[in-house]
Amino acid sequence: MSTETNRPATSENATDRPPSGDEAQGITIAARTQGQLIRRRFFRHRAAMGGMITLLLVIVLAFTSIGFGPIPGWWDKSYLSTGSLVNDGDPTLSLVPAFLGGDGIRLGEHPFGQDDVGKDYFALVMRGAQQSLIIAFVIGIVSTVVGAVVGALAGYFRGRTEGVLMRLTDVVISIPTLVFAAILAAAAGRAGIVVLGVAIGLVIWTGLARLVRGEFLALREKEFVEAARAAGTKPSRIIFKHMMPNAIGVIIVSATLAVAVGILLETALSYLGLGVRPPDVSLGSLVSLYETAMTTRPSLFWWPGIFIVIIALSVNFIGDGLRDAFDPRQTRVRE
Amino acid sequence: MAVFIVRRLIISVFTLLAASYLVYVGTALSGDPLQDLYGIQDEGDAQTQMDARRRAMNLDVPVFLRYFLWLGDLLQGDLGQNKFGQSVSGILGPAIWATLQLVIAATVLAIILGVMIGIISALRQYSGFDYTLTFAAFLFYSLPVFWVAVMLKQFGAIEFNDWLREPRIPLPIIVLVALLAGLAWMAIIGGNRERRVSTFAIAAVATGGLLWALSETGWFEDPGLGFVAIVVLALSAALGSTLLIIGFRYRPPVIATLSTAAVGCVFYLFSEPVLEDPSWPVILLLAVIAVGVGLGIGYVVGGLQRRQAMAASALTAFLTGGVIFVDYMLQAYSGYYDIVRGRPVSTIGAATPNFEGSFWESSLDTAGHLILPTLALLLISFAVYTRYTRASMLEVMNQDYVRTARSKGLTERTVVTKHAFRNALIPVTTLMAFDFGAVIGGAVITEGVFGWKGMGQMFIDGLREVDPPPVMAFFLVAGGSVVVFNMLADIAYGYLDPRIRVS
Repeated sequence: MSTETNRPATSENATDRPPSGDEAQGITIAARTQGQLIRRRFFRHRAAMGGMITLLLVIVLAFTSIGFGPIPGWWDKSYLSTGSLVNDGDPTLSLVPAFLGGDGIRLGEHPFGQDDVGKDYFALVMRGAQQSLIIAFVIGIVSTVVGAVVGALAGYFRGRTEGVLMRLTDVVISIPTLVFAAILAAAAGRAGIVVLGVAIGLVIWTGLARLVRGEFLALREKEFVEAARAAGTKPSRIIFKHMMPNAIGVIIVSATLAVAVGILLETALSYLGLGVRPPDVSLGSLVSLYETAMTTRPSLFWWPGIFIVIIALSVNFIGDGLRDAFDPRQTRVRE
Repeated sequence: MAVFIVRRLIISVFTLLAASYLVYVGTALSGDPLQDLYGIQDEGDAQTQMDARRRAMNLDVPVFLRYFLWLGDLLQGDLGQNKFGQSVSGILGPAIWATLQLVIAATVLAIILGVMIGIISALRQYSGFDYTLTFAAFLFYSLPVFWVAVMLKQFGAIEFNDWLREPRIPLPIIVLVALLAGLAWMAIIGGNRERRVSTFAIAAVATGGLLWALSETGWFEDPGLGFVAIVVLALSAALGSTLLIIGFRYRPPVIATLSTAAVGCVFYLFSEPVLEDPSWPVILLLAVIAVGVGLGIGYVVGGLQRRQAMAASALTAFLTGGVIFVDYMLQAYSGYYDIVRGRPVSTIGAATPNFEGSFWESSLDTAGHLILPTLALLLISFAVYTRYTRASMLEVMNQDYVRTARSKGLTERTVVTKHAFRNALIPVTTLMAFDFGAVIGGAVITEGVFGWKGMGQMFIDGLREVDPPPVMAFFLVAGGSVVVFNMLADIAYGYLDPRIRVS
């Protein structure tokens, strides 16, 4: 639009290329693709970038500190081994510098303290964060794939396929999310965290399915789909190659938000004892294990909860930034 | 419209049936219902018990068919027995009441507060108030309910009760709250710099002074409103409803609401015999009478603005009644405080066991038990409603018909309440149904934390024991109310947006 207003009004040739006026004025205009525009808007979204950096930091901290699987980390204590109590099990973390009357900035032997059998609580929380993050991402992927495919098929084929798929969606929606997730997790929890993630993912795809169906209902009437169909393209190619990229905004935003919903659901289920089972831990089961320690050793209760909030909050901010990037109309002010 | 409702109803019943099949099969396959019997030492005894349970739970019938046995019983009005032989309907009765209390209180409050604050947030877009609320909403979304509930138990109950023993607010806190209140009012009312500064000063001084006076006079030890406070509150209710519904341009509606408030205050003076120890039907009857009186005064005094005057007066009457109700409840506080030995905010259950007291004391008891779990449930729904209302209000305020309304010279109040607000509510109604399911899920967790013997607890216990009948009883109520809420939302949608009815 800006190129048009910059063009001199007295331009003799009305069919001139738009940039010509600017070139005459010495202004070069680089064309931006849709993707570049979206990326630019996203990277300029301050809350989203803050969320992105925080989330990356948490992921790096969780996976490098105690290591993952066979790979060792830089933190020398394990979440499994017990030890003798240092400092009565109270946290040795100190953030108040010495000149303000504190103990100086240091981590100490057990920064988050120790539980009653002397396990290092920092290692436990890191292990919990690892498990919760993995489950949350599995949930995000599964729910996005299922939701997008169900919505796409229903929107593209209409008729009986749509009827069956949308009734199925209605059925799943009528069961409260946490209730359905609890029932599936009760069976899947024993089979490990990935299965648990898949099970929870199979509960929360319904919102995305409805959104994608709506998008596809509008898209299938567009000329380019008509053209592809006329050229004899297979439905699968039309759906995934031609139409899906046009609905990608809705899908990516939902995928992000599904990760946030996922981590809250998983921790809630683990809190109820239906998600990640002992001896393994997740952030939710840590809260439930130590909630009675609220008065005696509050750090055992605070840390896992704070990590849940940090992860969920940063994911939500990223989702918000993505939504604004894909759909800038939502933030525009018109007075 | 009738056809529309009936069609929705039929579809809903089938949806519910299919969902109940999923829930039944899922629960039955989630584990081994004989688990708790494997630990029995005596083998012969274990065998007999296992056989008995297999027979009682029809475990020899494949799961996919066992559902139909349950369904058959259900159609005869029998919810079955749990695996220890207790009748499920016997457990369900009190559980439903406890849970519905919790869920409905949280939902209604979330809708009222969320919609109200969402609208203010939209009208003051990009103000400090808006940014603060946006951040708060994001924070509330990201809070795990169980964590908040445990925290509320610690700070909202245990420490708050400790504070109530010596209820003095420290001066720094008074100053802080006063400053925050000043900032909030400044952002809400807005205007030019002069107006902002004066709003800030007035709000901060008023809040600080009020808190200081309450703290110094020992109000928190023996709270109450008294006649003066009731008159002030009733008058503000009158002015507020007038402002909201018609504005101060015409005199008759103002007279109508003010006289309604006056009638309420006069009623308060002579209410002692009626409200000494009433019951819920009496309270309901009084509420209906109050609204009726409001409508009547509006009808008589309203003049040309009769319709708006009736609405405003009815609202005033309702609010004044609410103020009187609160006053009576607060009067019973010191008696109640002694009964519960100085722990008015409770952390366990839905009522104090073996509690016997007057109507007002048991209302206080219910309120003291409800407040924390409701707050835990409220936070998240509140965030959802605020965000949704804000987005939808912003969308509407940018529409051409709002610009038309402004350009033909309507006041901002009319534009907001008449033209924008109603249309902004349309998408919010759809949210109701979704959110209700989420609140029920939240109730499952909160009930556990606060030790309520509600349906959520019944569900979790049933699921842990791999025992379908209690789970199904829970689902029938929970899924049923989600479906009903869905339908109400659809009907409301059809009512608010005529375009829906046509298709």
